[in-house]
Amino acid sequence: MYLIIVGGGKVGYYLSKSLLAEGHEVLLIERNPRRAAFLIDELGADHVWVGDGCDSSTFAQVGMNRADAVIAVTGDDEDNLVVCLLAKRKFNVPRTIARINNPRNAEIFARLGIDVTVSTTEIIQAQIERALPLRSLVHLLALRRGGIQLVEGKVAPGAPADGRALRELGIPADALVVMVVRGDQTFIPSGETILRADDEILAVTTPQSEPVLRQLLLGA
Amino acid sequence: MRIVILGCGRLGAYLARRFAQDGHEVVVIDREREALEALGPDFPGETVVGMGIDAEVLRRAGIEGADAFIAVTGYDNTNIMAAEVAREIFGVPRVITRLNDPLRAEIFQELGLKTVSPTALAVEAIRKCLED
Repeated sequence: MYLIIVGGGKVGYYLSKSLLAEGHEVLLIERNPRRAAFLIDELGADHVWVGDGCDSSTFAQVGMNRADAVIAVTGDDEDNLVVCLLAKRKFNVPRTIARINNPRNAEIFARLGIDVTVSTTEIIQAQIERALPLRSLVHLLALRRGGIQLVEGKVAPGAPADGRALRELGIPADALVVMVVRGDQTFIPSGETILRADDEILAVTTPQSEPVLRQLLLGA
Repeated sequence: MRIVILGCGRLGAYLARRFAQDGHEVVVIDREREALEALGPDFPGETVVGMGIDAEVLRRAGIEGADAFIAVTGYDNTNIMAAEVAREIFGVPRVITRLNDPLRAEIFQELGLKTVSPTALAVEAIRKCLED
C-alpha cells in the first residue's frame, strides 16, 4: 500500500518506521527542514518529503491521488483536519486517518467525512484508568456514530451485579454487556449469566446510560 | 444580522466595530483576552475568550442561530476548521473565511467555502496600479 504520513514528530517517525518494516511504500511529509534532515538520516531520502503537508502543491508532487491512505499526525487538530479534507475531497484518497488531541473533535471530524480519528488524549487516559484502581469504566473505543463507547470494568464486591443474573439487573436498553472474562474463561453472556465479583466486563453503551451501567457493575 | 467573528486582530477588530456601527449584533471570539480589550470599552457587541475550533466555544458565542460567521485568525487551518464546523455542524447560512495562502483559498473555494485571500487581493491591486 502507498501510505502518506503528514507530521514527522515522534508519532509520525515511529509510525513510518514500523510501516516501512511491514513492507509498505511510505512517504513522510515534514515541513521543518532541520527535523526533516534527521528523518532523512533515519528513514532514507526516498521516504521523506520536506514541505508543507497542508499545501496542495506538495500533495500533487507526492502523488497524493494514488495514495491508499493519508495519515495526519501533527500536534495540531486543525492542521490534521485540513490535510485530511484536501486528501479526501481534492484527491479522492479512499482512507483518511487523523490524530486528534481534543477528544471532542472526534465527532466533528467524523461529520466532516474523515474516516478514522485516533485520540491520543483518550488513549493515554484509558491506560492510566486501567493502571489505577479508579471506580470508573475504562473507555476502550468510541464507535463512529451516536457516541457509543466500548467500555471495560470489573464487577466490584457487593455491587448490584455481584451474584445476580444479567436479566435481573435492569441494564438500560441502550447498553449491552457483550463479554465476560472470569479467570481463564472468556464468554459471551446470556440473560441467565450470573455475574460475580472480579468478573471483567466488556460492554457497549451510550453516554446517557453509562452512569447506570457503572453503578450496577461497580456500585459507585 | 447576528454576526460571529473569530479572531480579533487588526482585521477582526475593524470588522467588528464596523458591523456594530452598522447596527448588527456582533460577537467576537479570540483566545487572548488582551486582543478583545483592543475593541475598547465602548464596543457595543459581545466578546468571548476561547479557541475558535472548539465547538463548545462557538456555542457559547451563540453560533446557533447566527446569520453569518467570519473566520479571520492569522492561521489558515484554524480558519478552515472553524468555518467547516460553522457550516457543516451548526448550519450557519453565510460563512466567510480569510486565507493568507492564495492556493489554499482557491481550493477551499472550489470545495464550497467562501474564501477571501488578502494576498491575492493585494497582488491584484498592485498589478492594476502598475498597469495604470
